[in-house]
Amino acid sequence: MNTAGEPPILEARNLVKTFPGQAGTRAVDDVSFTVGRGEALGLVGESGSGKSTTARCVAGLVRPDSGRVLIGGQDVTRARGRALRATRRRVQMVFQDPYSSLNPRMTVAELVGEGLYVHGIEPDRARRRDRTVQILETVGLGAEHLDRYPRSFSGGQRQRIAIARALAVGPDLLICDEPVASLDVSVQAQVLDLFCDLREKLGLALLFIAHDLAVVHHLCGRVAVMNSGRVVELGGREQVYTAPEHPYTRALLDAVPVPDPAAERARAGALRPVPAHHDPEETR
Amino acid sequence: MSAHPTQGSPLLDIRGLTVSYPTPQGPAQVVRGVDLAVAPGERVALVGESGSGKSVTARSVLRLDPDARTGGRILLEGEDVLEMTPREVRRVRGARAGLVFQDPLASLNPVKTVGWQITQPLRIRGVGRREARRRAVDLLGRLGVADPDRRFDDHPHQFSGGMRQRVVIAIAVIAEPRLLIADEPTTALDVRVQAQVLELMEDLARERGMAVLLITHDLGIVAGFARRVAVMRHGLIVEEADVDRLYASPSHPYTRSLLDAVPRIGDAPGRRLGAPVPATTEGEAL
Repeated sequence: MNTAGEPPILEARNLVKTFPGQAGTRAVDDVSFTVGRGEALGLVGESGSGKSTTARCVAGLVRPDSGRVLIGGQDVTRARGRALRATRRRVQMVFQDPYSSLNPRMTVAELVGEGLYVHGIEPDRARRRDRTVQILETVGLGAEHLDRYPRSFSGGQRQRIAIARALAVGPDLLICDEPVASLDVSVQAQVLDLFCDLREKLGLALLFIAHDLAVVHHLCGRVAVMNSGRVVELGGREQVYTAPEHPYTRALLDAVPVPDPAAERARAGALRPVPAHHDPEETR
Repeated sequence: MSAHPTQGSPLLDIRGLTVSYPTPQGPAQVVRGVDLAVAPGERVALVGESGSGKSVTARSVLRLDPDARTGGRILLEGEDVLEMTPREVRRVRGARAGLVFQDPLASLNPVKTVGWQITQPLRIRGVGRREARRRAVDLLGRLGVADPDRRFDDHPHQFSGGMRQRVVIAIAVIAEPRLLIADEPTTALDVRVQAQVLELMEDLARERGMAVLLITHDLGIVAGFARRVAVMRHGLIVEEADVDRLYASPSHPYTRSLLDAVPRIGDAPGRRLGAPVPATTEGEAL
């Protein structure tokens, strides 16, 4: 976590975001959290809970109405120009859908090498290519993939390319917005294993947004639960999963299907009488 | 082929089903000899990953893909669906087998009211407008839609994702089919809504003695829903077993790897999920 004196890699303070046309409803409503160096924080919630908007505020893709985002102690909500760019380099993003997040007209070499070029990390073409190969190898790809286009890769491989692209500039923190939600279970398993490896090898911190509570349990030591734009619970993995304090967290956990027939049958009785016209999507 | 089901025969009996699609490179075979039976009132899950052929198998039962070249037999109440004329197949859809798709937004007509859509299976079979409406409103209420009489005249965009999926289920079951085929019915839904939709499907199946063939990649939802599970890969069923047996002691290595790949709350965090295969051959077709 927070080593003495060093600021956390990421701190979100009282973030608020409202979208036009939704007067009165705050997509993100006074959200605060920190991510320590090398730490993995999971952000869970249902669709519309504000978890993706929070991630986008932190990544600088959406400007919050108020509140601050500090990266390594630097306030990026106010920074401009070169200082902003240098800080931004420390935080990279991986999106859910590797079919739309990779430019179909760029080769793998261009996709992964772009950050190295833009940030002036490796201006020399040949050396940039070497560096790109090294990065590809950390995600389980290699030199033979350099000159191919995204279309010739499967979903899991595309997500590896997206991760390589994010890793290229040597970030301290990856923000991942549902990075395995669109993958098959066996491919999801491999990408989750890759995240575990990367954290171990590179000491990478993660802000991991997911709706799948089991995936977050697998990967994140700390968990924030969002509902209606607010963080309703924030705590260590053990506490949140075994002794949740907020009824919403409990409701979410109760609904997680368990791959165990006997446990599921036992649970079915407990869940049963569904109150008529109870729609969690409409009773927020 | 007998036109009358024999006593004790399965409701759905798929035998040696093959399906291929014409491509410029020649026919691509996606289902390569599937045998699967569903008894009346039984809940069976067909599990597999993308490209395994599970959806194609399900869609073949209602002959939904005009391009598909099929072989083998699909006996529904003793009659071979693959031998039917298009007119006969239309009589099967909805009345004898209903279908629920994954994406409720894509499977609903955006310019028609949900009521119109739910009553179609009855209307085309000659049920009067008033009676059809009465039954549709009843069913919507039964499916947990609040104020069903008013919602009957709403359009799909006025419903949330979970409510839309209830509408899709209503369309599939209003004509009281004996078999419901549900193709990834909860994949697009949040976990609490998913739990409710599965329960509704299960309750409805119990009440009506309706059989359900659930197509999914999610072994979590299968455990609570199905009594029997068939695991499909590369167009073939690699293992079929009672749900308890399959989860406790899967006999096929692929089934085991699928079960191992699912992270579970309660497991040691960070345990290896994937089989130790080279990263570049992740078992997916390129």
